[in-house]
Amino acid sequence: MIKKIAMGAIALMFLLTAAAVTVTAADKIVRIDGSSTVYPITEAVAEEFQKARRGEVKVTVGISGTGGGFKKFCRAETDISDASRPILKKEIDVCKEQGIEYIELPVAYDGLAVIVNPKNTWVKSLTVADLNKMWAPAAQGVVTKWKQVRPEWPDASLKLFGPGVDSGTFDYFTEAVNGKSKASRGDFTASEDDNVLVQGISGDKNALGYFGLAYYEENKDKLKLVPIVNPATGKEVLPSEKTVMDGSYTPLSRPLFIYVNKKSVETKPEIKEFVDFYLKSAPKLTGQVRYVPLPSVAYKLAEERFAKKKTGSMFGGEEKVGMKIEDLLRMEEGKK
Amino acid sequence: MEDIKKRIAHIKFWNGLFQVVGLLSTFVGLVLLFTLMADLFTDGAPRLSYKFFTSFPSRFAEEAGILSAWVGSCLVLLVTACAAIPLGVAAGIYLEEYASKNRLTDLIEINIANLAGVPSIVYGLLALGLFVYFFEFGESILTGGLALALLILPMVIMATRESIRAIPNSIREASYAMGATKWQTVKWHVLPYSTGGVLTGIIIGLSRAIGETAPIITVGALTFIAFLPTPPVSSDFPFISFKWLFDPFTVMPIQMFNWVSRPQKEFQLNAAAAGIVLMGMTLLMNGVAIYIRYKFRKKIKW
Repeated sequence: MIKKIAMGAIALMFLLTAAAVTVTAADKIVRIDGSSTVYPITEAVAEEFQKARRGEVKVTVGISGTGGGFKKFCRAETDISDASRPILKKEIDVCKEQGIEYIELPVAYDGLAVIVNPKNTWVKSLTVADLNKMWAPAAQGVVTKWKQVRPEWPDASLKLFGPGVDSGTFDYFTEAVNGKSKASRGDFTASEDDNVLVQGISGDKNALGYFGLAYYEENKDKLKLVPIVNPATGKEVLPSEKTVMDGSYTPLSRPLFIYVNKKSVETKPEIKEFVDFYLKSAPKLTGQVRYVPLPSVAYKLAEERFAKKKTGSMFGGEEKVGMKIEDLLRMEEGKK
Repeated sequence: MEDIKKRIAHIKFWNGLFQVVGLLSTFVGLVLLFTLMADLFTDGAPRLSYKFFTSFPSRFAEEAGILSAWVGSCLVLLVTACAAIPLGVAAGIYLEEYASKNRLTDLIEINIANLAGVPSIVYGLLALGLFVYFFEFGESILTGGLALALLILPMVIMATRESIRAIPNSIREASYAMGATKWQTVKWHVLPYSTGGVLTGIIIGLSRAIGETAPIITVGALTFIAFLPTPPVSSDFPFISFKWLFDPFTVMPIQMFNWVSRPQKEFQLNAAAAGIVLMGMTLLMNGVAIYIRYKFRKKIKW
């Protein structure tokens, strides 16, 4: 009886899967892992690429986070790594140790939105100094009222919301606002799930938080976007596709990257095809998944960079805040 | 007389009070569960369609489906079952029928009981070190299935032992009296009589495994997969292929997690629909477990 049931169950499962399996076997695989921020763009590209190649090439995309992605990338477990910040010094060293050479390619911009509750009537705009007052490590347990940030603001408690410490968004924001990546006060409500932050801020009149612009766009009715004062021009700027792309929304807009294993490009033609496809379709697809495309000249420079298989990072292991990606790419060209 | 009546009334009052409190506690749990389910259903039910089951994930919420997720879940469970059932049942039989009662078996027993309470992420880390790096199975269906097998192994062992223990000793003695060896006794009596309990334990273990996310993420299940594993049967010789064991995969809970963390509301609906499917799978498995137990209980005539 046991036997019959077990055999039946196994046979049934085989049948079910066999019935569902229609794609023919192919061994061409493009393995991608890394940032969950870049994921929607890579997913869109992978979807289109597989459609265009009719399943001849398989693409897998994981979300281990920018740091987790680089760990796998430097062990040669992936061909491409998604990153929401440039590769760091220690990651460069690990890759070098393992003999992994990589090509760094910017693929899109992301704006970090600073958000308050719609019932908040007092915040009209924020400067980087204001943000630093709220988020600096020294503010922990000290800055607890809005009044302490600017004297004209009410004597109400300040409730802060932000992404978890493992996310690239956290790294970038702390770099831009506090001058050092990962330097932040610890007593704020942190969540890796940005929808939790949206819920938190929309339910608390005294809340303030930051996350990717895409999450604001989807929840406009529940949140209020705060303009940030551009440190160079002194103008208040709201994040939008336009201001992020032209670089006036600074310092809270950042480039997103993919890192491609040079050896994979040389030995596996499908990797080269995929990256070419990526850079070509990125301008259209980034908009669809609510990110900001780079200026077209930047894509052109990135394509050239890829064609030349130029390895190494433009950033030398450091985060650079407020740099325009096309300037960086041009600078690289000039240096050579 | 009055005094006794008063005391009885007093005691009856407390009896009634506890009944009400107990009823309310039961309802709190049930009401919460039902609101949750109702919420899930109102959100997700409209998305459930044939297309939802046969489509791959997509950046457009309306076109996205759970094909790679449910196929992945089924295959991983298949591997889990193939690994955990023989190992778990054999270990259970050994501990109950063969092992002599000494310090060592006591230690093993305590450890198995403890293992059942170890957080699942720990099994994920173990599997990452052992299967992914040491045995070099890679981030494959095989690794995922074996990780979950480790996770439910203690449950299978315990269920096997419980149901073996429920068999009266007189049966074994009768078997030995007829000249049967230990193995013959196990094969002809112990195993058949305990089958209901063993199978129930296995299925409950599997229905826990299907909802696990942490160990599967640790061993490297992926989020976007728009292709299926290599088919296990092919038209060329030798017709059966085991290549699918080494294919990358995703599972239902991971697909849900991915959709929940998207900004677009439509993806939340997809997550709810996938939740319904997952819940349906679990309920179905538990239902089968209950049916099997009922069926086998009816068959046993001592």
